[in-house]
Amino acid sequence: MNLFEVAHFVREKPMKLYILTVLHHIRDIKDPEHPYSLEELKVITEDAIEVDDNNSHVRVTFTPTVEHCSMATVIGLCLRVKLIRCLPPRYKVDIRVAPGTHATEAAVNKQLNDKERVAAALENPNLVDMVDECLAPSYA
Amino acid sequence: MESKGVSWLVKTQYIYISSQYGVNKAVTDIWSFFCLSILESLVMVDWKALRGAIVGCLSLLRRKSHVGVVTDNKVKAVAQSYLQNLQVQSLGQHDRKLCFQLMECILDRYPAAVRDLGDNLMYGICEAIDGEKDPQCLMLSFRIVEILSGLFPDPSGPLADFAEDLFEILGCYFPIHFTHPNDEDVDVKRDELSRALMLAFASTPLFAPFAIPLLLEKLSSSLPSAKVESFKYLSYCTSKYGADKMAKHFGTLWSSVKDATYVSPQSSLSTEAGFTSGMGFQDSDIMKQAFVLLQELVQQSNGSFISLILDDEDIKMFISSLNQYEDFDNIPIDIKQRLHAVGRIMSVCANTTIASCNKVFESFFPLLMNYLGLSVAKPSKDSYPAEDYYPPGRLNFGALYLCVELLTACRYLVGFDELTSIHDFSNQTWCVMLHNFSKSLATVFISLLGSNVAENSQNAYVCYGVKGLQNLATFPGSLLAVSKSTYDSILLKLMSVITSDINKTFAWTSAMNSLVEIGSFLDNCPDSERSSSFGSIVVEKIFSLISSDDLTMPLSLKLQAAFEIGATGKNFMLRVVQGLDEAISPNLSAVYAHGNLKSVELTVKLLECYSNKVLPWFHENGGSEEIPLNFALNIWDKIENSRSFNLGSLENELLDATMTAMKQAVGNCSEESQETIINKALGVLLSSNCFRWMESISGNTPLKAEGLQQIHKLDSFAIRDEWITSLIASVVIALRPQTYIPNGKLILQFFITTLLNGHVHVPSAQALGSLVNKLPLKITGTPLSKNFSLDEAVDMIFHSCIWTSCERGSSEIDLSSLRLCSLSTESVKIHAVIGLAWIGKGLIMRGHEKVKDITMTLLSCMISDGNTGSLPNLQHPSNVCNDEDMHHQLMKSAADAFHIIMSDSESCLNRRYHASIRPLYKQRFFNTMMPILSSLMLKSDSPSIRSMLCRAIVHVVSDTPLTAILSEAKKLIPLLLDCLSMMVKDILNKEIIYSVLLIISGILVDKNGQEAVAENAHSIVNQLIELTTYPHMMVIRETAVQCLVAMSELPHTRIYPLRTQVLQAMLKALDDPKWVVRQEAVRCRQAWASIASRSLHF
Repeated sequence: MNLFEVAHFVREKPMKLYILTVLHHIRDIKDPEHPYSLEELKVITEDAIEVDDNNSHVRVTFTPTVEHCSMATVIGLCLRVKLIRCLPPRYKVDIRVAPGTHATEAAVNKQLNDKERVAAALENPNLVDMVDECLAPSYA
Repeated sequence: MESKGVSWLVKTQYIYISSQYGVNKAVTDIWSFFCLSILESLVMVDWKALRGAIVGCLSLLRRKSHVGVVTDNKVKAVAQSYLQNLQVQSLGQHDRKLCFQLMECILDRYPAAVRDLGDNLMYGICEAIDGEKDPQCLMLSFRIVEILSGLFPDPSGPLADFAEDLFEILGCYFPIHFTHPNDEDVDVKRDELSRALMLAFASTPLFAPFAIPLLLEKLSSSLPSAKVESFKYLSYCTSKYGADKMAKHFGTLWSSVKDATYVSPQSSLSTEAGFTSGMGFQDSDIMKQAFVLLQELVQQSNGSFISLILDDEDIKMFISSLNQYEDFDNIPIDIKQRLHAVGRIMSVCANTTIASCNKVFESFFPLLMNYLGLSVAKPSKDSYPAEDYYPPGRLNFGALYLCVELLTACRYLVGFDELTSIHDFSNQTWCVMLHNFSKSLATVFISLLGSNVAENSQNAYVCYGVKGLQNLATFPGSLLAVSKSTYDSILLKLMSVITSDINKTFAWTSAMNSLVEIGSFLDNCPDSERSSSFGSIVVEKIFSLISSDDLTMPLSLKLQAAFEIGATGKNFMLRVVQGLDEAISPNLSAVYAHGNLKSVELTVKLLECYSNKVLPWFHENGGSEEIPLNFALNIWDKIENSRSFNLGSLENELLDATMTAMKQAVGNCSEESQETIINKALGVLLSSNCFRWMESISGNTPLKAEGLQQIHKLDSFAIRDEWITSLIASVVIALRPQTYIPNGKLILQFFITTLLNGHVHVPSAQALGSLVNKLPLKITGTPLSKNFSLDEAVDMIFHSCIWTSCERGSSEIDLSSLRLCSLSTESVKIHAVIGLAWIGKGLIMRGHEKVKDITMTLLSCMISDGNTGSLPNLQHPSNVCNDEDMHHQLMKSAADAFHIIMSDSESCLNRRYHASIRPLYKQRFFNTMMPILSSLMLKSDSPSIRSMLCRAIVHVVSDTPLTAILSEAKKLIPLLLDCLSMMVKDILNKEIIYSVLLIISGILVDKNGQEAVAENAHSIVNQLIELTTYPHMMVIRETAVQCLVAMSELPHTRIYPLRTQVLQAMLKALDDPKWVVRQEAVRCRQAWASIASRSLHF
């Protein structure tokens, strides 16, 4: 994006900048099963992020690679952890699976947005290790 | 027991070596002992003793001849026992290394002793090196094979029988490939090892039958590094084995070279040249090595290899197919790559030997000429195209490209010095052919430049047109490649591009570059006829360009062209300088007389060119100093001759440019010339108004009130006087220490008075600083009355009427008394403070003790309270507010004076202007000032004074080298934190806050500083947290967050209690309006969150 386009965005769509910021935070998260980033695998895209700065609300809609992807919850957890770490606490983060892309869509969505279940998951040292590995900066 | 004995002997061995008595006797004794011990230890399998024995043998064998050499018989004995008994491969790594060293030493230094060991030696060595894997030992064993081959060069000797076995051992190491590339233990580099193996491969032609098939086989490997290595080895082996060994492989070699370069080229478009010319290909490593091999083969083969290339069907086909792609844009990229490859192959063939060049020309040149539309049939006068030749349709780009490549190759073959071209080239076929076509070729190239299209694709044509012209013009004159008229027309065309095609950047720069090439070629091998053409066509044109007022070509381009052309030779540069002088002079007159704004702009550019380019060039190239001298004198003449200046005061830019040029010019002169200049300047000064003005003020010492009142009339200081003062200050600034200054006292007095003038106080202050920096300590030789010493000067300054009190005769400068006895405004005192700062800088740089008085004065000025004793306030109550403000300004400038003292200045007192600089003067000043400043800080409680002290402290600390700061870090950190908390309140202090932050981050990052930081961790973190929300400057917030990240590296016990505090602050920083700060905040949050646990519940 060149400078002109940035200026254009600032005038026309201020929301675009917020979206790019959020995307920047999560694009480098690695897939738990592959050495590729979520952006490379098209699990997350620019269109999948919605930001409402006035109401401090972020929604990320991700697309698992296959319908039976067992890692969907872990990916969701990674996204949530990364955003908690990077965004100011005033934001409410909402994470969900894109409609129709996963077999147990409703269950996954419920699990990811249940505060207590997320907290419980993060008490589990194995799970935390896995999440940290995905979030570790890649020096490529 | 025995092993200990042997080790002991090894140690005492060195004592024997140094002793002069009975050397040979001792050697023989020890020698037999070691030989025996080797043998015995082998029998007894006593490994410790073996190592000692080998070390002993080695040091004996390596002795210098004058302390006694071991005889060959003994060496032979030890070699025999070595070969018979030593199982090298069964030893440990270090022992193997020693064994190899011993063998290398024997082979290297005692060849006669082992020569008749023959087969035994071969067999022993094969056995010893077989299966070796350690890189260090491998280095040695490759070296052993290399020496061994040198020892038995005879093709029917003992080596011949073992060549196959030896090569079998060596061959399995090729290509050298480390499986653990980043192992730190490996101190042998891959390249070194590969080189050693290459030397071993090429050590004897006896290896040829085995080596070449192996290398050719490895060429087909899919590993790129293996290909590169194979080409490299092949070219080295070719040069060692000779052509006859290689002859039967020529076919295979050529096809593999063709494969790597032509059939599947791996060149990539290089980014810089790519978009401009479209043919700027970057060869891959494989291609580069393939071309090296090609060159080696052509060189060695004596004509048989080149015919292989010239008869190659593929190449022939490609060249004949060039007609399909007439237009550059229509050539697909793979064809371009091939074109590039063919061009490279042809140029490699052509630039290797004269014979190969002839052959290449014979087979390709007529064809290429044909493509370019030049008739081959009659290379006589008829074939010249008409002057307005224009190629039919588009010119065949492929032919053009190959033609220019060939020209470049010939140019390379001829060499670049007159000396190397002693060969008689003129009768060679290629030279004759080239000569016949040179004129028509030049016409073709010229027509390429003339086309009016400025498209991108046109650049490729322009690029090769210019390149061709440049090559034609730089053939040495003895070859007569081009006639004088052609040469002239080439230069004319290039010049016309320079003057008219200003908008076509690419054409302009390439024409410029080639003119520079042509010019520097002329400078290398002078040719009177061509020099005169170049002079009259190019240099004169440039000369007239500069001096003309023609504005179609921007001045910056003109100056660039002038300088680049001038830089090719001293004569040209002199002429260019003349042009510059002629251009400056009328412009300056115009400025002085009419205040012509346009001339001001032009003159500034001219002067900048002078000071940035021309003068440094003369300085570097050892030019005569007449140039700077004349320049300086001319400017003084101009000023002398224009009695009245008609300048607005807006032309500060011009004055600055003139001052810089003047300083530069004077700085480059020798002492004598500097004396001439200063005399001239003094003459102008004495006849000017400002001198009379000065006398009126300073004539009456001791100071009377009227005298000072006159200072207020400074506004009457005319612009001309301002110029004269500034310029004479620049002259004084750039003088060498040894230069004799006539009338020095007068000049000093002059500057002391002008110091208080609002317009010229800075140059005057700098001149004063330079004076005290450079004056000699004591006068030697010269008559006392004329020159004067530093002490006198300092006395004069300290007792000068400006700041000496009229009541007290103390030697200290007392600014407060100045205030008391005058009605002068504070602004005059600010000037005085700045003057003191520069004088102080001059003194401290040479390490003079009087600097103490000056700093004391500055300090007292800083901590003086503005409300006591200021009588004027009572008289003008309405001015109180304003006056207090001025007093604040004064304190501030006193604090900023420390910045002047400590920082390096570009405009004076540096190496360029011959300042005398004592090493470590900054550290010394830092060490003396810091205790004083910090104790003052403790004593004072007025906030304004404290904030000034802070300012001074920060200035002193931020210009001191970090190492000096680190040793004082413990004391400094609380002080700096105090400063920070004080500064945060005022927006104006943001620059200073930033420099404090930089100091703190410097201490934080250093290992030695961390201890001091750890002690104050709590307060530092608090301060940093406060700064993370500093609203006025983004870098401060960013640096503060970065510092916090660095703090997280400190010992846990220190920082753990601060954790929640930092994390809270980071939550705020995450919402920062700037992206950079947010990014750093994420890092910082992560760093601090992870010190305790990796959980997210902070």
